[in-house]
Amino acid sequence: MGGETIHALREVSLEIQRGEYVAIMGPSGSGKSTLMNLIGCLDTPTSGQYELNGNQVSEMGDNQLAEIRNREIGFIFQTFNLLPRSDALRNVELPLIYSGVPSDERRQIALGVLADVGLADRVHHKPNEMSGGQRQRVAVARALANTPSILLADEPTGNLDSKTGREILALFDELSNKGHTIIVVTHEETVAKHARRIIRILDGLIASDEKTVRGDGAPPPA
Amino acid sequence: MNFLTEIREGLSISWAAIRANKLRSVLTTLGIIIGIVTVTLMGAALTGLNQSFINTVSFIGADVLYVQLMDWAPHSREEWLKMQKRRPITVEQAAALEKELTLSRAVAPILTSRQRVRYLKDSTRGVTIVGTTDQFIYTGGISVAEGRFLSALETAGGRPVCVLGSLTATNLFQGESPIGKKIKIDQQPFEVIGVLEKQGTFLSSSFDNQAIIPLSQLLSGYTSKRDLEQIQVKVKNVADLDNAREELHSVMRKIRHLAPSDDDDFAINQQDQILTMVGNVTGTLATIGLFITGLSLFVGGIGIMNIMFVSVAERTREIGIRKAIGAKRRTILLQFLIEAATICLIGGLVGLAIAWPVTLLMRRLFPASMSLSIVGIALLVSLVTGLLSGIFPAWRAARMNPVDALRNE
Repeated sequence: MGGETIHALREVSLEIQRGEYVAIMGPSGSGKSTLMNLIGCLDTPTSGQYELNGNQVSEMGDNQLAEIRNREIGFIFQTFNLLPRSDALRNVELPLIYSGVPSDERRQIALGVLADVGLADRVHHKPNEMSGGQRQRVAVARALANTPSILLADEPTGNLDSKTGREILALFDELSNKGHTIIVVTHEETVAKHARRIIRILDGLIASDEKTVRGDGAPPPA
Repeated sequence: MNFLTEIREGLSISWAAIRANKLRSVLTTLGIIIGIVTVTLMGAALTGLNQSFINTVSFIGADVLYVQLMDWAPHSREEWLKMQKRRPITVEQAAALEKELTLSRAVAPILTSRQRVRYLKDSTRGVTIVGTTDQFIYTGGISVAEGRFLSALETAGGRPVCVLGSLTATNLFQGESPIGKKIKIDQQPFEVIGVLEKQGTFLSSSFDNQAIIPLSQLLSGYTSKRDLEQIQVKVKNVADLDNAREELHSVMRKIRHLAPSDDDDFAINQQDQILTMVGNVTGTLATIGLFITGLSLFVGGIGIMNIMFVSVAERTREIGIRKAIGAKRRTILLQFLIEAATICLIGGLVGLAIAWPVTLLMRRLFPASMSLSIVGIALLVSLVTGLLSGIFPAWRAARMNPVDALRNE
């Protein structure tokens, strides 16, 4: 299986294992966004290496990066980033379209993940017909559709009120318990403490990297 | 993702995008519609013109040679001036030609004059009086609708009989048969023995305004000219045209007493010279016409390019999302190319739908014809316009960096 090894930023080296739930924290300008872009294969490092699931990402070209993003990364953004003109089902189908899943199968998978995030009755609603929490659930469903190695969330509760924020975090806990690897980039302690490991970035360096006791009281993995 | 899925996906995305901006799409498409309408109409008019030219000259049989002083298609002005000074072609030469030619079926001397023709109180001006022999029925590409043509006896004897063109006949005789009636050409009385089939179409109605009389009648009554305008020679077998032409050429040289070192002082003309000339003219017309109308299509294409740039800029974030989720450069490129091509194709189809009835209307005033090839070319042109004007904006979209695109508000 192999772990997910990350060497990033200045003099930074980092290794995240399959199944971990990691929070990356840091003030703006600290380099956490760059780190997130590198982990998400949206960008490649100018020097150094990034190995994801056995693939040398740092040496990939545009198209290979697109393929890796499609297969290995599920993005969840602060502003949801759903396609406004497409309904929930179609938004969730999008990564499956890009990976070439035939349409019947695609539909089945998309309906399945939408049900998993509790939106079975909202599949034909467009983003503007849904609440913020529902939109973020659609985004989570979209991120899950291709069963990626990493769920990469950037301030996932930043645009939600605290109650719906808590609901999304509960969903993350549930996904983590099912074995998904989750990396959350945030500046909120309340979000970060759901993770089992918190990496703090400051001025492009890792300031600290520690295991936590999670808010739900579950013990950290061995 | 395979190519077909990408195309299908691109189609559904672009359809949604086009529908999302209805007014903008309609206005953009309008540019292409106007372009396609003008180009198609120009094409239809040119095709119609060409056809009518060909119809017009088609009565000049492919198997008829025209012996004249002037070449139909002189190569230079000097040559043309030189031809003006050539010795005339005489009636005697025509008679000698008829005796000597073996590969030809008919030889008709021709001389014309313009006269007024009267019947009772009706009269019509500017009628072409053709003086010829009975042979003209074979060489002239004419046929008799009513009555009969001049006989050999009548032409040899110079009888005062005539055959009228269809227009002259209808001008003079409303509702009654001209056969056997006496008309007056200038002051001389003639008996009408026949009426020709209508032959002229667009540009050539003058061919129907004529009266054919024996050559000797014309020579004695209407003109001071003693010489022929042309001798028409119909060959026996069109497959043998080159040999017949060669024979005609050498017999003419002999009759006109040319020494072996002398240049020809006559010309032998045939149909393909006219067709070549017409082809040159319509070719030039087509180039100019299609260039001018093509400009409007070009402007339409610029409109598409402009709106595609706007569309790409507006959807920067969408492009970022798609790229983050796994869309490759090619996928994005195709998506926008298909969008531009779809707008243009729709424009092309609407343009054709407008141009078709307009062509039908045009046909009442002017020969026009919208062939299947014009339809095909119009659609192809609109597709290519779409692809050309879409490629640059699409390329810009495809090259976007996903990080920057996602940051775009």
